Amino acid sequence: MSDDVLRIEDLTIALRVEGRDHPAVEGVNLTIGRGEVVGLVGESGCGKSLTALSVAGLLTAPMHVSNGRILIEGQDVARLSNRSLRSLRGDRIAMIFQEPMTALNPLMTIGDQIGEMFVLHRGLGARAARKAAIAALDRVQVPGAARRVDDYPHQLSGGMRQRVMIAIALACDPALLIADEPTTALDVTIQAEIIDLILELCREQGTAVLMISHDLGLVARICNRVAVMYAGHLIEEQAAERIFLSPHHPYTRGLVGALPRLGRRLTEGQAALTEIPGTVPAILDYGAGCRFAPRCTRVMAHCAAATPETTQLPQGGRIRCFLHD
Amino acid sequence: MTEAEPVLRLQDLKVHYPVRLGHGFGKSMLRAVDGVSLDIGRGECLGLVGESGCGKSSLAQAVMGLVPVSSGRIALNGREDWGADRLARARMVQMVFQDPFSSLNPRQSIGQSLGGPLKLHGVTNRSEREDRVATMLRKVGLNPDAAGRHPHEFSGGQRQRIAIARALIVEPQLVVCDEPVSALDVSIRAQIINLLLELKDELGVALLMISHDLGVVEHMSDRIAVMYLGRIVEEGDWRKIFTAPAHPYTRTLIASIPDPARPDAGWERLRGEAPSALAPPAGCAFHPRCAQAFGACRAGGVPEFTGLADDHRARCHLLTEGASR
Repeated sequence: MSDDVLRIEDLTIALRVEGRDHPAVEGVNLTIGRGEVVGLVGESGCGKSLTALSVAGLLTAPMHVSNGRILIEGQDVARLSNRSLRSLRGDRIAMIFQEPMTALNPLMTIGDQIGEMFVLHRGLGARAARKAAIAALDRVQVPGAARRVDDYPHQLSGGMRQRVMIAIALACDPALLIADEPTTALDVTIQAEIIDLILELCREQGTAVLMISHDLGLVARICNRVAVMYAGHLIEEQAAERIFLSPHHPYTRGLVGALPRLGRRLTEGQAALTEIPGTVPAILDYGAGCRFAPRCTRVMAHCAAATPETTQLPQGGRIRCFLHD
Repeated sequence: MTEAEPVLRLQDLKVHYPVRLGHGFGKSMLRAVDGVSLDIGRGECLGLVGESGCGKSSLAQAVMGLVPVSSGRIALNGREDWGADRLARARMVQMVFQDPFSSLNPRQSIGQSLGGPLKLHGVTNRSEREDRVATMLRKVGLNPDAAGRHPHEFSGGQRQRIAIARALIVEPQLVVCDEPVSALDVSIRAQIINLLLELKDELGVALLMISHDLGVVEHMSDRIAVMYLGRIVEEGDWRKIFTAPAHPYTRTLIASIPDPARPDAGWERLRGEAPSALAPPAGCAFHPRCAQAFGACRAGGVPEFTGLADDHRARCHLLTEGASR
């Protein structure tokens, strides 16, 4: 068995409409090693959240995995029973969602919600679980954990709620943490604290992190590797420090150019930002060729005819583009 | 009216909301906007930044006349008292909202949404209205035949173009943009930012640009105002704000943006979260989170503005008493 915590092989997720399958995610390959932080970037509808849900075995109809395998610590998620999947979730895989208000149960104290993890996965009794919950709150730096443990979610601010979510997710030292836009609903001033907290705790335990975000800047800043998705395809993957400085796929280049970055106006003036013309296609409209071709500034005759294969970049990384064939 | 008359002048504007604290606890005042004075000149873009809850949206609504003003003055083109003449006021100032999915009437065609305001503002000739709608649609980069279609037929970016067209069709001198790009995908944001800047140059319309995204604000603004708990804490030319920020809050805001081009540069954390506007801290409202706070910040009352340059001022005790320490 390899050292990979997560191994996604040729994953295809299909949307079933009137008995026909339309691939929403197609041919995605991605591996994450122990302690690695990998970013998955893309616009809404590109399939990044679907990929994450399928890893946790949480896809619901009309979406389903129609091809490929997802291995978590060597275990095939598709072959697990619902029961073993449930015990895997929360124990070996954990998730943090964007909106801490809707992800927490408003009718349970945060202590009970954290303690639940220890009761379910570690078999602790109520009193021991409460103690463990206080320790977990302490670990995510909630001030006055012993008092706060009896609070309800509505008594906490957005940043504190996200800390509680992190405490729940990391309670049982999972092997893989999936963080789906964990700071998008928070202020920028809180973002740094929350991200640092997630990374620190995961580093301590050697937890692998799949960080999903639309913010290429944030992801490039904190991850080891970054994968970019467009319309269901993984179109480029590079080391984080390279993806921003030398993006290769025209879409990644477009994303980097479209970002108003601090300090850019001082050096480059108020020149128009690079626009990516057009909009993202809908799942039912995915054509045969490269899905970015209609918006691509460097489109060639054969781009619309066939889907490019994934090839290796000479400096490391992968790309799916005819320009790099 | 002279040429130098600002399009918008706020003088000591206060917007306070009475808040019931629960049975038996009486009422309290939420000071959403607490003494803001600002000018926006003709054709100028003023960026207003701050965390959620700092009062920036209340300020925008007060400018639009959507919430009652507790005290202070709002002068549009030098005129304060609009009385019952709401139409004339609406011709002066229009608004673009964050969410283009909820700010357009789904049952009206685009032609009706854009033509309605024209009719209300006295363009009685139908063919003239249709001409102006078509011209406006072309200006925002849409095909004039969009007039016959309904909002659900358009993508988020296209809807935001329609919302901008609706705001501009009565030829206002000021457009209040409340987070106009934060609901849009990254690749669409650049399109809308470029469009707003083009229209500002072409039509000479002034913008009040509210955003939490400092990159967007830096790119677009001529001047920037930073708001914290109901007050402006720093204001000035965009270059000054970004190259020589004087207030510790401004500095932390800028430092908390991840810079992908310099992944090794540390990012700054802000201590704690913004306090409630219901119970703002005594002295400088920022002192509990400020790393440089000293005696005067806690005891010295609300700091007054210190002029730093021609067009740059900040409210901070460090700039007055702190300098002589």
